[in-house]
Amino acid sequence: MARDMAMPEDRQYTGARRKAKRRRKKWTRYRLMRYYIVPWLFLIPILGLHAFVVVVPAMQGVYYSFTDWSGIGEAKFIGLRNFEEMFFEDQSYIDALSRNVQWMIFRMIVPFTFALFGASLLAKVKRGAMFYRTALFMPFILPSIVTATIWRYLYNPRFGLPTLVGYDKALLGQSDTALWAIAFADNWQFWGFLMVLFLTAMQGIDPVLYDAAKVDGANRWQEFWHVTLPGIRPVVLFMMMMVMIWAFLVFDYVFILTGGGPAGATEVIAIDIYKNAFQRFEAGYAAAQGMTICLFASMVVCAFVFLRKRGWDI
Amino acid sequence: MIAKREFFLFRKQRESTAFNHIFLSILVVFSLGPVVLLAVNSFKSNAEMGLNPLGLPQEWRLDNFGRAWEQGEFERTFKNSVIYVVGTVSLALVLCGLAAYSLARKNPPGANFVMIYLLVASTVPVWLYLVPLFFLWRQLEFLNTYHGLILIYTAFNAPFSIFLLRSFLIGLPVELEDAARVDGANELQVLLKIIVPLAWPGFLTVGLVVGLSVWSEFQVAVIFTHNPEMFPVTTSYFKFTDRFGRDWSLTNAGAFMMVAPVLILFLALQRRFVEGLTQGGVKF
Repeated sequence: MARDMAMPEDRQYTGARRKAKRRRKKWTRYRLMRYYIVPWLFLIPILGLHAFVVVVPAMQGVYYSFTDWSGIGEAKFIGLRNFEEMFFEDQSYIDALSRNVQWMIFRMIVPFTFALFGASLLAKVKRGAMFYRTALFMPFILPSIVTATIWRYLYNPRFGLPTLVGYDKALLGQSDTALWAIAFADNWQFWGFLMVLFLTAMQGIDPVLYDAAKVDGANRWQEFWHVTLPGIRPVVLFMMMMVMIWAFLVFDYVFILTGGGPAGATEVIAIDIYKNAFQRFEAGYAAAQGMTICLFASMVVCAFVFLRKRGWDI
Repeated sequence: MIAKREFFLFRKQRESTAFNHIFLSILVVFSLGPVVLLAVNSFKSNAEMGLNPLGLPQEWRLDNFGRAWEQGEFERTFKNSVIYVVGTVSLALVLCGLAAYSLARKNPPGANFVMIYLLVASTVPVWLYLVPLFFLWRQLEFLNTYHGLILIYTAFNAPFSIFLLRSFLIGLPVELEDAARVDGANELQVLLKIIVPLAWPGFLTVGLVVGLSVWSEFQVAVIFTHNPEMFPVTTSYFKFTDRFGRDWSLTNAGAFMMVAPVLILFLALQRRFVEGLTQGGVKF
């Protein structure tokens, strides 16, 4: 900065052309350094690392998805055979996919209801607001393994919560309840995070709108439906999109609590990929399954972009 | 007339917050109850657990912690986890700090491209590249090493860290940096002497969030470490619950030891945690 400003003055005073030329050359080199090279030198280390950890393997993944590969030795190119097998022959993949969709539906209903309810209550409260926010957010910072331990204890059929209402079967041990039990433990940890996001958005709503609703004699529900929800709609819809994408990635809770059991009843795509890649030595097939997750995620994003184009004010 | 109306509104508001407080308290019990229960249960003996699953312990047993510490080999795994956390946090703060500074202040040609790249990269599903990454890491003999895991964690946390630090740096005044440059400081000196002291709250927030995510991380650790010597506390605890699944006092005590540092840090710095985690928004 100092030098850019000093330059023309120098030229005036010295008047010597050669000197000025040399100076300008130096000046451009300095400019090149300062505006191009140094900034990029600062960017390159982390971008290089990120590309090495994410982009390179992602491209390899795209390639391997078209191969038959055990993870060791040569990968044999087989075209679309993996995808053909996945969608037309491999029933376990279709089942896993349907479980991810169930998980997604659960996650779009239960945590969102909890979070909207909690946030709309908390937005009105002044005294103790900080305490409530901290307490309700707290489960989100727990490691998944700890949350899983807590809920394994709470679900245990000998003296856990179900026994209080006289239900003495293992929620995690039966194929028709296991997935929902896991999803609820996940909800317990997750909804506080959503709530804080919604709460922040609610605090941005113009209070005049609430006054107007009050004057019009709106009850709680009408106020929520006609003022609060439209006010935070962008955040809600964005989080819906993220939750839909994340629903295809679920791994931790299922792996820890049931490992895909009982009898494969909770096997979601990520568990299937894990087993294919690291236990059944079908790395090529696993890569293809990973590709499909990416495909579903981009479908979700495209759907939201499309709806936005169609005039849904997302 | 006006006084009457205000009085009416005031009454109505008081009425409505009572309703809010009741339901919020129920939610607090729902959220905190299980955590409190974990803490309380880690003091019970295993025999008492069945008789008194939800109450306070009749006899507070401290030796659960000692036994869990021994049996779960927490000494080693705590050390490993601390290495992963410290390594990742310092690497991420240095590299992402440099990048964020460059994006916030220098705005070099291609900066927009970098931002878009980071945004897309942070939403690409992790399962697209996790399997090939494993085989790449095996080829490089990075499996079961500290640097192998630290590099992955740093890369995974990079988009979030850069975004947060960048937005923080943009909010700082430029004048001080210019003044330093007039005094002849080079870019690195400006960064170290001016930016870091001013922006430390941003660095602290990012450090906390990254540290928390590494401390809690399970999925990557379970795939990339198989040698028990290198296990972080999460995967080692997972194996531990496999072995001692029926011994609730041991598993509760172990889990409590694992979260106690996190909980204390969270209570002390909760504003930063909440801010960092919700602004980051994207977790892997």
